[in-house]
Amino acid sequence: MATAVIPSLLRGLTGGKERVRVSGRNLREVIEDLERQFPGIRSQLTEDGELRSSIAVSIDGEIATGGLLEPVGQGSEIHFLPALGGGA
Amino acid sequence: MAEAGTNGHFKVIGTRPIRHDGVDKVTGRAKYGADYSFPGMLYGKVLRSPHAHAIIKSINFDKALKLPGVKAVVTSADLPEAEDKAEQVGEAAMNPRYLSMNILARGKVLYDGHAVAAVAATSPHIAEEALKLIEVDYEVLPPVMRLEDAMKPGAEILLPNLRNKEEGDNPTNVAQHLQFKRGDVEAAFKAADFVVEREFRTETVHQGYIEPHNAVGIYNADGHATIYCSTQGAFDVRSMSAQVLGIPVGKIKVVPAEIGGGFGGKTTIYLEPLAVLLSKKTGRPVKLVMTRAEVLRATGPTSGSKIRVKMGATRDGRITAAQVWMAYEAGAFPGSPVAAGAMTILAPYAIENVLIDAYDVVVNRPKSAAYRAPGATNAAFASETVIDELAEKCGIDPLDMRIMNGAKEGTPQVAGPPYKRIGFIETCEAIKNSEHYRSPLTGKNRGRGVAAGFWFNAGMQSAATVNIHTDGTASVVTGSPDIGGSRASCAMIVAEVLGIPVEDVRPVVTDTDSIGHTDVTGGSRVTFATGMAVYQAAQDAARQLRERAAKVWEKTVDDVELRDGTLYSKGNGVAPMTIRELAKRLARTGGPITGRATVNARGVGPGFAATCIDVEVDPDTGKVQILRCTVAQDAGKAIHPAYVEGQMQGGTAQGIGWALNEEYVYDAQGHLRNTGLLDYRMPTCLDLPMIETIIVEVPNPGHPLGVRGVGEVSIVPPPAAIANAIYRAVGVRMRELPMSPPRLLKAILESGRAYSPSAQEHQAAAAD
Amino acid sequence: MNSHSMANQAKNLEMSKKVRVETTINGEATEFLCEPRQSLLEVLRDVLELTGSKEGCLTGDCGACTVIVDGRAVCSCLMLGVEAQGKRITTVEGLANGTGLHPLQQKFLEDASLQCGICTPGFLMSAKALLDRNPNPSEAEVRYTLAGNLCRCTGYDKIVRAVLDAAKAMQSGG
Repeated sequence: MATAVIPSLLRGLTGGKERVRVSGRNLREVIEDLERQFPGIRSQLTEDGELRSSIAVSIDGEIATGGLLEPVGQGSEIHFLPALGGGA
Repeated sequence: MAEAGTNGHFKVIGTRPIRHDGVDKVTGRAKYGADYSFPGMLYGKVLRSPHAHAIIKSINFDKALKLPGVKAVVTSADLPEAEDKAEQVGEAAMNPRYLSMNILARGKVLYDGHAVAAVAATSPHIAEEALKLIEVDYEVLPPVMRLEDAMKPGAEILLPNLRNKEEGDNPTNVAQHLQFKRGDVEAAFKAADFVVEREFRTETVHQGYIEPHNAVGIYNADGHATIYCSTQGAFDVRSMSAQVLGIPVGKIKVVPAEIGGGFGGKTTIYLEPLAVLLSKKTGRPVKLVMTRAEVLRATGPTSGSKIRVKMGATRDGRITAAQVWMAYEAGAFPGSPVAAGAMTILAPYAIENVLIDAYDVVVNRPKSAAYRAPGATNAAFASETVIDELAEKCGIDPLDMRIMNGAKEGTPQVAGPPYKRIGFIETCEAIKNSEHYRSPLTGKNRGRGVAAGFWFNAGMQSAATVNIHTDGTASVVTGSPDIGGSRASCAMIVAEVLGIPVEDVRPVVTDTDSIGHTDVTGGSRVTFATGMAVYQAAQDAARQLRERAAKVWEKTVDDVELRDGTLYSKGNGVAPMTIRELAKRLARTGGPITGRATVNARGVGPGFAATCIDVEVDPDTGKVQILRCTVAQDAGKAIHPAYVEGQMQGGTAQGIGWALNEEYVYDAQGHLRNTGLLDYRMPTCLDLPMIETIIVEVPNPGHPLGVRGVGEVSIVPPPAAIANAIYRAVGVRMRELPMSPPRLLKAILESGRAYSPSAQEHQAAAAD
Repeated sequence: MNSHSMANQAKNLEMSKKVRVETTINGEATEFLCEPRQSLLEVLRDVLELTGSKEGCLTGDCGACTVIVDGRAVCSCLMLGVEAQGKRITTVEGLANGTGLHPLQQKFLEDASLQCGICTPGFLMSAKALLDRNPNPSEAEVRYTLAGNLCRCTGYDKIVRAVLDAAKAMQSGG
């Protein structure tokens, strides 16, 4: 089991819970599990079968580069963040 | 991946070689985008809206086409209709429909300077004459210039289809609301000994690169287009232009010219699709170059903002709660950097109870674009001023306050996971122990202020190839335009890995056909991510050299070592062979050697900066003079220290300009009044002292050489540091940017505190 | 809204009739044809293909177009091409002696005084005009004289150091 940290404005869908236990070997399966627990949450996180481009995912402190295929380990901590740009 | 662990015994990394592109740049040979010229080339100019907000009823360009020398005119009718959805382009999500509408207005103009049509002619002067002959019928609408007006109930709506989740199907100017929450701020404020709540307002500022935007488009009869332009990201120009033009990515080649500054403002497109469209219509190359007025009116500045910060601390100086309300002006289309503002505003600190509400708001200004640590400077102006006030209430030195509450490895971030190894506390301590901070500041109307800043830095995609030449020298090819000396760092990394002199490595920045996908030069990512790809490509080349030597010596690759440019056989009997000697024999021992690597870089290490600024305020005019300035920044590992210093100094100078003078001035109809560099007042060398730099090196565990990005964060602290210094100089807390002479003078007079006899006279006169 | 009157059209035709100009650029006798409405900067870049002088603002505020005309540092965007008649003009392309860099160029490289490099030609020409007039300027004099050249990348620190270093090198015959 891993832990998903739910963004503040989506906690309405999780009954206010910030940290949620999830199962799945990759991000796609984790989001499916989240949808089973809290119907409606998947469409906030994905669009057309991919992670929404406005959302970045951090797994154990690393920004995931593999999209929904990114592997999730036992005890992993998953954060959903706004995707950001940078200047120079 | 072991080099960061070696005791820092580098031969090339950490030295200061002359950059490889330097001679061309000091002799005027280097080709920037506007320097390109092609046979038969035409010149393009853009017709821009004179209104901040209007419906386009009709466009008639018959007369323009009749002017001798005019070859083509284009409008949004020449662009395909784009989809209305968010899509991943470059670093952030971008709505293709809005991108297209920004290139050429469709239906409505949304800011003074919004592009409406473009003309190609045989001279730039004829093109300008042609613009005057294009007749546009506008229905002028009331402009909405400030976020406060845009957010009011019943406000004039800019984008009729814009919705946000919370307002359901109601049209709105608020594109997005974000929230970050942790713990219980209400309870923590109640339990706090000191609470400070303040509101701040910052004005629109521009990146201010000296080189205006440019593009040359060449459309071939076979449907392929080539774009030459000054850009921070050739691959993003390609994908965005392809999207706007409705043609496949593979039909466009983008050649990045040398670039005269970007700071984030050249990570998007303005002229490129126009150049291709006009070239397609005329069958000739077409060059477009913006004037300075166009740059200021019509390219993305960064957001003006309103930020409320409330912080609570216990008597001993521990910050226990922080609450933030922040709204940023996105300009005509959604996408201000308010999310980054929200994620950076408290980033240097470990605070248990946090609530941040952030709003992205559209207004009739040009669409905002990234500007060096986008969103963070506005935010830090607010938070670092409040922390300074709290420190004063607690009776604690402002640096000690930051160190006491400083984030460390394991501190949870406001949005996201706990930090890995970071150097915030070391950076603050570097300032605390600096000669500057330890030396006293004496004299009237003088004060010293400190502030800190944070930036995430980015990873993302890069590719690199390392070619071994037949004389044992090498070239390293990347797709990262060089705006600060990064190609020198790439050459240095290859030189270090192969053990050859850095002058023997030629760095090349190439086009979109010639290297794998490479994301922008921005986000403080080139030395980190492209450097990582370069490092791996050099390792790949090194391995192939060892394999070739092994083949020649009839040994296995594990028997061969590469050290200092020479290949050695473990064990006896074989004389060592230099890379130079082996290179001569490549053709007859198996063929060429090219190392390659691609990365989607992980292991990013965030960066912190802390800045100390001494000011003297003239209480009669409100003018602020910067007496002394020191910036400390955690670079992880400085590959080329002189260029790391350069980033720190340049960012600091921009932060000082943002603090003291720079702002967009609009009239009531929404016209930009300061469209030139006299009145959009950036710092000159007379406004600044030498900028002292302290490079802190807390290695980033995620990078083979310990590198963190350095390009951005130094712009973040100066506005707050200067505000804190002004307070100590003349007793006035400034909460608006810029802290220009009229504003500061007004605040001094209103404060009722006389710091000089002449100030007292002013007050007496004003009171009469 | 402008109507394109016959008078305007006639005026533009006049302004586009080219004029022959004889001048000296980087020590070479040079002649060119230009329209009266073309600035010296435009002539240098588009007619003579000397693209080393850069366009930053076209209003004389940034100094990126600085050239030396009869010994004075001048914004070439504020001068007309036809005004070059009979003058001696030096651009950045004429700073080096063949392939031997001028001490200012050398110090800019050694001191890492350029990042994007777009302001560099303008600074080099302004600095040369200064050192030709005042071989031993103080830091304050350097900052005062170069305040008409804007740089957005460096914060000026390393530029000022390079000019002072070049002055020292030139004094000791370097």
